Amino acid sequence: MTRKLLQGNEACVEAAIAAGVRFFAGYPITPATEIAEGMANRLPEVGGVFIQMEDEIGSIAACIGASVAGAKALTATSGPGASLMLENLGFAVISETPVVIVNVMRGGPSTGLPTFPAQMDVMQARWGAHGDYPMVAYAPSSVRETYELTIRAINTAELLRTPVFLLSDAMIGHMREAITLPDPSELQLIERKRPDPDNADFAPHRGSQDGFIIPEMARFGDGFRFHVDSNVHDEYGFPATERNDIADKLIRRLNNKTKAHADELIIVEEDQLEDADVAIFAFGSSARSALEAVDMARQRGLKVGLLKAMTLWPFPEEYVDKWTRRVKAWVVPEMNLGQMVREVSLAVNGRVPVYPLNRVDGLLIEPHQILSLIEKQIFAIA
Amino acid sequence: MSPTHTANLLDRYFLKERLPTIWCPGCGLGTANGAILRGFEAAGVDQDKTVLVNGIGCSGRTAAYLDFDVLKGTHGRAIAFATGIKLYRPELTVVVMAGDGDTLAIGGNHFIHAARRNVDIKVILFNNFIYGMTGGQVSPTTPAGARGSTAPHGYNERSFDACKLAEAAGASFVARSTSYHVQLLSKIVRDALLHKGFALVEVLTQCPQQYGRWNKSGDAFDMLTWFKDNAVRAEQAAKMPADDLVGKFTIGELVKQ
Repeated sequence: MTRKLLQGNEACVEAAIAAGVRFFAGYPITPATEIAEGMANRLPEVGGVFIQMEDEIGSIAACIGASVAGAKALTATSGPGASLMLENLGFAVISETPVVIVNVMRGGPSTGLPTFPAQMDVMQARWGAHGDYPMVAYAPSSVRETYELTIRAINTAELLRTPVFLLSDAMIGHMREAITLPDPSELQLIERKRPDPDNADFAPHRGSQDGFIIPEMARFGDGFRFHVDSNVHDEYGFPATERNDIADKLIRRLNNKTKAHADELIIVEEDQLEDADVAIFAFGSSARSALEAVDMARQRGLKVGLLKAMTLWPFPEEYVDKWTRRVKAWVVPEMNLGQMVREVSLAVNGRVPVYPLNRVDGLLIEPHQILSLIEKQIFAIA
Repeated sequence: MSPTHTANLLDRYFLKERLPTIWCPGCGLGTANGAILRGFEAAGVDQDKTVLVNGIGCSGRTAAYLDFDVLKGTHGRAIAFATGIKLYRPELTVVVMAGDGDTLAIGGNHFIHAARRNVDIKVILFNNFIYGMTGGQVSPTTPAGARGSTAPHGYNERSFDACKLAEAAGASFVARSTSYHVQLLSKIVRDALLHKGFALVEVLTQCPQQYGRWNKSGDAFDMLTWFKDNAVRAEQAAKMPADDLVGKFTIGELVKQ
């Protein structure tokens, strides 16, 4: 155990190294650059490879190439770079290649507000690429959570053979907090399942249709001579673009992965919800303000609780459903014009009112803003 | 270099159950692939330690029939995937096999930067001057004035010379051949594989179905004859006055550092 004062972005680097990431390809971008710089510094020390690519398209492509060659690979970017990465995000999905993309979110659209935090890319992470695909995205709200969720993102990518997002933001990425780094031996790491070297019938895409059993993954160069294809492909990786039955099976199986493993993937924190009249759904930076707002409300005798989502995708709808049975209203503060509130509303399904609270000026949602909404709009306190 | 009998080539390198290929009658890709594999054999490549990275389109199927580790990714990104594979596993031989659209249009940025880095990958660029699979649209190598489905009145842009582009970007090995000059192609593929550093092998291949029809260039025989008549060996070209080279193109080893 080591006690350290780290930035969120630095914690991400330390977690990646501890979890066994040995390949990073990236392109500089505010406010994520410290991750590339940290990896450039740390990877050579542990025998890993760092490369600064010509753009973010090449960055994620190089990570995917390295992953197929056996590496745990990670890249980091912000909105404009995330937009460029979406193309090969889809390739990572269909080729079932583990890769982790850290998006340290800043204000958009376009170049937007490069140095200010935002939570505007949560829907992009889920739906930004073309096609139907599964997605896992974690959102840390502290330096410690950045460390823990980076490791979890890497583990999940390995477990499910699929790309995983870590959605941090400019505030979490640049904030410094003291954290205790665990001893590497204490970490529970997941490695992709490799085929038996003697397996003469290795099929890189033979998993169970329900998504529970994930196919084994060989490395290039180990003698299996297997094909990885961006087209719809059969179990062996050969294109099957004339086979609608194979297309149907493949797309459903890929999407079933996150459904089958939802219980392991979804992490939330439930704070003072047992007797709450009002529940706040929050994540990332906004969850910090929400927690403060809960305390302020409690001091005023208002029964408010917090459901903090550390997993945004798959969406923790069962938790929203559970607390909707007990509370009278939901509040959803987020640094965008209302993205996750749509998911909350779907889960609530009209049973109680859902109040959005949005901020897009690059500044944090403040606790008193949340409290004020609860007092005025829900409890009708003048 | 003694040529390998085709039957042996098929046994050794092809996934015969994947054949026949999707290519049109008269296409140059099959001939080029055969010559390339003879180059592989001459270089003594280890099939278990060689990764082929394909682009998209007709040339994006050149590795699909072959018994190697193969990655066929997204359009234009073959070189970037290959860079990741090679950097993480330097002991592997990594060969990109992609077309003119993949390498010079959508993937042009990856191409010049891989050449600049001198990353030890081999790029075999199949240049048929057109987008074949999607139906004859112009590419960055379509000659000015030629026609295609997106330039029905004639292409009014200038074209890239892939070899000059690679040389200017810092490639340490650059060579060109055609689907007619198959022995030369085998030789330069062998030399590219034995070269340490970024290598470009440009292969001019005929596309009678799309380029040929749009430009009334005749059938495969006519197009191969055109390659034969207009190719000038690099050694020879060096001794010729510039005026004599107008309308011709050079083949052979163009850069070796």
